Amino acid sequence: MERRKFVGRSALLSLGSLLGAEIVFGNRLPEGLSLLGLQDPDPFALFDKDPEMVVLNSRPWNMEAQAHLLDDPVTPNKYMFIRNNGLIPEKPDPTKWQLTIDGEAARQVKSYSLEDLKKKFRPHTYRLTLECGGNGRSEFNPPASGNQWTVGAVSCASWTGVRLRDLLEDAGYTTNAVYIGYHAADRHLSGDPGKEPISRGVPMEKALQDETLVAYQMNGKDIPMAHGYPLRLVAGGWPASASGKWITRLSIRDRVHDGAKMTGDSYRVPCEPVAPGTKVADSDMCIIESMPVKSLITYPKTGATLPLGSSLPFRGHAWAGELRVARVKYSIDFGSTWEDCSLEAPANRLAWQRFSGEVRFPQKGYYELWARAEDSEGKAQPMVLPGWNPKGYLNNACHRIALKIT
Amino acid sequence: MEGKGKTGKWGSLWKGLLGVGLVLALAAFIWYRSGLPVQDSGDPLPVPADSVQASPEGISGGIHVQTGFRAGEGLPVVISNCTPCHSAELVTQNRMTREGWESTIRWMQETQNLWELGDNEAVILDYLATYYAPEEKGRRQNLENIEWYELEP
Repeated sequence: MERRKFVGRSALLSLGSLLGAEIVFGNRLPEGLSLLGLQDPDPFALFDKDPEMVVLNSRPWNMEAQAHLLDDPVTPNKYMFIRNNGLIPEKPDPTKWQLTIDGEAARQVKSYSLEDLKKKFRPHTYRLTLECGGNGRSEFNPPASGNQWTVGAVSCASWTGVRLRDLLEDAGYTTNAVYIGYHAADRHLSGDPGKEPISRGVPMEKALQDETLVAYQMNGKDIPMAHGYPLRLVAGGWPASASGKWITRLSIRDRVHDGAKMTGDSYRVPCEPVAPGTKVADSDMCIIESMPVKSLITYPKTGATLPLGSSLPFRGHAWAGELRVARVKYSIDFGSTWEDCSLEAPANRLAWQRFSGEVRFPQKGYYELWARAEDSEGKAQPMVLPGWNPKGYLNNACHRIALKIT
Repeated sequence: MEGKGKTGKWGSLWKGLLGVGLVLALAAFIWYRSGLPVQDSGDPLPVPADSVQASPEGISGGIHVQTGFRAGEGLPVVISNCTPCHSAELVTQNRMTREGWESTIRWMQETQNLWELGDNEAVILDYLATYYAPEEKGRRQNLENIEWYELEP
């Protein structure tokens, strides 16, 4: 449904894109007239995504998964959400790609080719959970502006590349280093070459972690175009916007990085909790760092009906930002009682963890299966919406699926 | 990778449409400039080179088919000012009060190169506040739009 709607209303726009102008009489084309190929500027084909993925925005591209698509332990490209702030770089040339290290706290300005990164540094591979800071935004009340993500802006792929730490040490940095800011080749929506769509990053402490990578592969292959080809910063467990795509420059800053979308309401929440709908001054907003504990039921798909007496095996993934998930519980009575799920260890730090269980139902009727994860510091997911914030970040309310016993 | 895909899929299309396209593009350009947002000086403001202007015609079931916008007063002004940089979907998926929409416009003007809207601002705000107003959702909604299916054992 979503897909058909999208193609229908974007086909003519795309013809215009090809020609560099709009189609004046496009709306007068007889219905059903096929402009060869133009009905198919299909984002699903273009980005090799599954047709069940949901497009939220076509300029810039934003696309999310549904919960049941995220059942794989390692998220394949076809189910990985796309969150773009600008326009994808056109035809990046991997043979000419350079990553430059600079900044106030860099000992030198030094550039690396992709070849340098692959040959001069030891590669490392980690499974890393990347969740959009705004995943779950659609539930906030009053509504928060931006792409209205439901539950599917999360992934855990296998990333391969060099440790950012190795790179920073090779280039050298001074003791006043505070933050790493990335700069990338994506283009601003306004077409202004002087503006960056997004330029965020991480504090030194996060930059120096083993698992923080400058990655050139995802799931054992070149990174797909929509996910940052040919080079992406990957900082698992933090808002995915910290993991810059198509990166060309990393600045070692002597202050908190002040690039695009590091300030204002972007990826920041009130430092102290506020009542829903409160206006919050810039000076009272704090940058989101580690993402909160969360879980997703990935099997069965919501809407399952099954006969009374049968037992239902279920499973999903849980993650907790910088922390480990300590336990996951489930409820089939709207949170009145909770039972333990089995929980596996993560493949590595910052990878999501598999949980599973099996449940029987006492009588026929409508049920909701709820999952609730708790992190290693004892913080669990709330059952209702967590603290409201102006841009609707950090919704880690427990995931629910609907079931009918007949 | 992206470029390769495009060439493969659209290669023949490019050739086939080039002739038609040039004529259309020229006609489009002339028509387009007359509908552009203008500065006080009367000059059209720069818009992204690869952006596309939708025509306000083509309404079906109360929806502007090309963009997905609700049909209503001010729609042509909304289309011409709100879709050159980003897709209409970024608007239609959001719900805000008039004040909320105004502050979004200010943010776009301060940080995203949105132009001064002049008299059009009130038209746009009226449209958005009417057709994309918030609804009370409470602290947690019912699960909705469930597609029921029989689970295979």
